[in-house]
Amino acid sequence: MTVRVQAHDFDLNTEILRLRQANPKVGAVASFIGVCRDLNDGNSVKTMTLEHYPGMTEKSIQQIIDQAKARWELFDVLVIHRVGTLKPTDQIVLVVVTSAHRGEAFAACEYVMDYLKTRAPFWKKEDTPTGGRWVDARDSDDAAASRWGA
Amino acid sequence: MVNIMYFARLREAFGKDTERLTLPSNVSDVAGLLEHLRARGDHWEKELAPQRNFRVAVNQDMADPETKITAGDEIALFPPVTGG
Repeated sequence: MTVRVQAHDFDLNTEILRLRQANPKVGAVASFIGVCRDLNDGNSVKTMTLEHYPGMTEKSIQQIIDQAKARWELFDVLVIHRVGTLKPTDQIVLVVVTSAHRGEAFAACEYVMDYLKTRAPFWKKEDTPTGGRWVDARDSDDAAASRWGA
Repeated sequence: MVNIMYFARLREAFGKDTERLTLPSNVSDVAGLLEHLRARGDHWEKELAPQRNFRVAVNQDMADPETKITAGDEIALFPPVTGG
């Protein structure tokens, strides 16, 4: 189980190769990448700056991973989340889950992402043509997390 | 003394990211601390008004108004999270 919060970019192939080669019992790998968009709530976005709470951020993601491991048979879960200033088309977050079969990997990947969106302390501030703007939390993210009933 | 950390919108509104505070003798939980901070008026009263949407963590775990606080605790105030 690995959690990394970092300013620099990540490479999906490198991370998946490492997870596959670490365990020949892996039969399924599911991954999700969140990407910075150029438009949010009708405003064009030039850059976006991500802030986090060092210590609590890593701890909260680890707790989400632990909950996913308790719920499904998983071999490994990797979460990488970037902080600092990002621009549209940049990668923001990576979740990779390995398991024996696809069902667990798909479900756990979505579960980790849904809870990361609502529980992990990160905050986005967008730089738009009309100035800086803190992104508001979305009710739809709370709804996505609550459907897991945990 | 407790260490209080402010993040994102709250950090900007209060003009500081951290402060050391000697807990008043009548403050023993999160609700009491918020009341104490609101009494500073101005931005504090506005941003920490009960109807405003913000979160509190004590020692890096999410807290609620009844969560106890004692000297040495690390307390964080921040808006709802927007990562991912």
